Amino acid sequence: MKLHIPVENPQYQMLKRDIARYRRKPGPLIQVLHRAQEIFGYLPPEVQYFVAQELNVPVSQVYGVVTFYNFFRTEPVAKHVINVCMGTACHVKGAEGIVKAISEELGIKVGETTKDKFFTLSTARCFGACGLAPVIMINEDVFGKLTPEKVKDVIREYREEKQREEREGNN
Amino acid sequence: MPKRLDILVCSGAACISNDSTTIKNKLQAVLKENNLEEEVAIVETGCMGPCELGPVMLVYPDGVFYIRLKEKDIEEIVKEHVIKGRPVKRLQWTTPEARKIVEERKQIPFFEKQMKIVLSNCGKIDPENIEEYIAVGGYEALAKVLTTMTPEQVIEEMINSGLRGRGGAGFPTGLKWKATRDADGDEKYIVCNGDEGDPGAFMDRAILEGDPHTVIEGMAIAAYAVGAKQGYVYVRAEYPLAVKRLDKAIQQARKYGVLGKNIFETGFDFDIDIRIGAGAFVCGEETALIASIEGKRGQPRPKPPFPAQKGLWGKPTVINNVETFANVRHIILNGSKWFASIGTEKSKGTKVFALSGKVENTGLVEVPMGISIKDLVFEIGGGIPGGKEFKAVQVGGPSGGCVPAEYMDTPIDYESLKKLGTIMGSGGVIVLDEDTCMVNLAKFFLDFTQEESCGQCVPCRIGLKHLFDILDRITKGQGRMEDLETLEKLGEEIRRTSLCGLGQSAPNPVLSTLRYFKDEYIEHIKDKKCRAGVCQFETVKEKETIEEKLKGII
Ligand SMILES: Cc1cc2nc3c(=O)[nH]c(=O)nc-3n(C[C@H](O)[C@H](O)[C@H](O)COP(=O)(O)O)c2cc1C
Ligand code: FES
Repeated sequence: MKLHIPVENPQYQMLKRDIARYRRKPGPLIQVLHRAQEIFGYLPPEVQYFVAQELNVPVSQVYGVVTFYNFFRTEPVAKHVINVCMGTACHVKGAEGIVKAISEELGIKVGETTKDKFFTLSTARCFGACGLAPVIMINEDVFGKLTPEKVKDVIREYREEKQREEREGNN
Repeated sequence: MPKRLDILVCSGAACISNDSTTIKNKLQAVLKENNLEEEVAIVETGCMGPCELGPVMLVYPDGVFYIRLKEKDIEEIVKEHVIKGRPVKRLQWTTPEARKIVEERKQIPFFEKQMKIVLSNCGKIDPENIEEYIAVGGYEALAKVLTTMTPEQVIEEMINSGLRGRGGAGFPTGLKWKATRDADGDEKYIVCNGDEGDPGAFMDRAILEGDPHTVIEGMAIAAYAVGAKQGYVYVRAEYPLAVKRLDKAIQQARKYGVLGKNIFETGFDFDIDIRIGAGAFVCGEETALIASIEGKRGQPRPKPPFPAQKGLWGKPTVINNVETFANVRHIILNGSKWFASIGTEKSKGTKVFALSGKVENTGLVEVPMGISIKDLVFEIGGGIPGGKEFKAVQVGGPSGGCVPAEYMDTPIDYESLKKLGTIMGSGGVIVLDEDTCMVNLAKFFLDFTQEESCGQCVPCRIGLKHLFDILDRITKGQGRMEDLETLEKLGEEIRRTSLCGLGQSAPNPVLSTLRYFKDEYIEHIKDKKCRAGVCQFETVKEKETIEEKLKGII
């Protein structure tokens, strides 16, 4: 496969600089991929290829690591990622119902992104906030002690923020 | 100069998500308005434990505990309590049973039954300030071993203390260190396991966020004992705040000369690097974790050789859990005799548990080993909310099992839990009430482990999927009585033949619920009934004809 890698692009330049730093330490691949995902938002084939080149390892090794760990994404995600905790504490406190409520509200299933690219719905295992179960995280923000009704309200608030932004954008 | 009042504002993850930062900022502003900055100190602390009551705030020396604070309450607290010395009653902690207002910290049963060693600093000092740690005796233990003890003496002290690993299996820490010291090779490593993969557990997170220096100090002492120069802390990616605080702590430690070259001018060198995980449960297993630090897929390998012989980069390595390391400085400072006097005959010291599920007080608790499940759930946990009936506790996460209410008086220690078919695990305790379906719970764990299996060995990769399918069928009312025997047989087989601890322990949730709650399984199969009302039974088509089956295919 021949991939075009736009290495002149500032994102790649930034990654290249950081890789030079990580390379000095042993076993840098996972840390480099973390950084790459921070920069690009996800890890498309071009980025994996680039990382392999820079670290001088086979692409298959990079791909093997990317697909092994849940944290690495190969598809782009929406502006807001909703992560529903499916850990034990949240499970016994009704996490299933929370997923269902969000699914209904957004009309998407787990792993999908809304048409307007505003929300991605995904699940995770325990944020370590079990005392507040059931818990969801939207980007870096934690919302706890949810009920199906409450979680719909939370999502509506994000929606309103979007509408506000759009209105302001039009003005 | 000591201040008249210290106000501790919890900035643990749960409280931050409840907006404790706003509370702190407001407090700062109101104190300033009233020119009280000189008299009152605000201390941001790690998790204090009772997360579900957050944001919380403690006022010393009065020992007044404020809970569920709102920004608008702060004005009143400052006016009434700080200025006039009259605590605001309506915001204080009330016991769930009696709803009685308690005024002193020591009268709250949530704290009374606890014994804080590992968590002694969490919630008291600012984790981002090394000087506060030093002020409470931090790095004294490291100084003591470097200047007055030989490595052999340190190891002997650890062996005598009886400390066992807090990450799962409970292996004696001193023996692990000794094996690493005795292993050939001059390059050795210290690894701290902060992967905390058990969903429902958050002790290690609280320690890393609330008192990161204790872990650093424990690792440095281990390094001296075994002869290592480099350490790694492996933290899961879901804990960004822990990573941030630990990183800051490491930098400060270097600046203060307790990490780096020639520590305390004794010629001892040691440094620590952080490695961030990437979301794989199996990476908590020590050999998989080592592979992951090396930048590879986190696949476990058969043992022996143990990491003590061949660990990171093939070199002898000590790998211990966060909480295990957090115990070390206390043992060095107070002596192995003191430590061994706490707990039971074979399980020494305290254990931190993350209490959650169907219980009034959720949060972190630290108790002496040997406390009964009853005390943990009812005295400390405040019992089951909503007048529901206590059914069981789940201990040990996906590798553990359930202890039913009949065994409530069982002391919590490694051996007693093992006898009941579960394990101590890392310390997640989930309380279950009558609304929890045990078959569904077993299915939940199997769904987790079959997904997290690394796929190297057949019993784990395929066997767990089978177990899951059978459980799935039963929860849909399509189970058969023979299924119960298959579950047991297959479970035993997987346990016996899997390559690593994941597969070896993954059948536990099924086997243990089968052992204590078989009648629930039978009800699901025979009566198509779920007494907890969790499982939705689909109407079963009695017999699908071959034609019907083929319809979709041809
Ligand atoms: C599937 C699996 C997951 C594990 N997860 C963890 C974990 O999240 N944290 C941990 O400290 N130990 C975990 N362990 C145990 C480690 O393999 C290892 O025994 C432990 O880190 C040793 O430290 P200790 O002796 O201080 O307990 C896990 C083991 C298995 C088999
Ligand atoms: S189980 Fe959901 S935050 Fe821990």
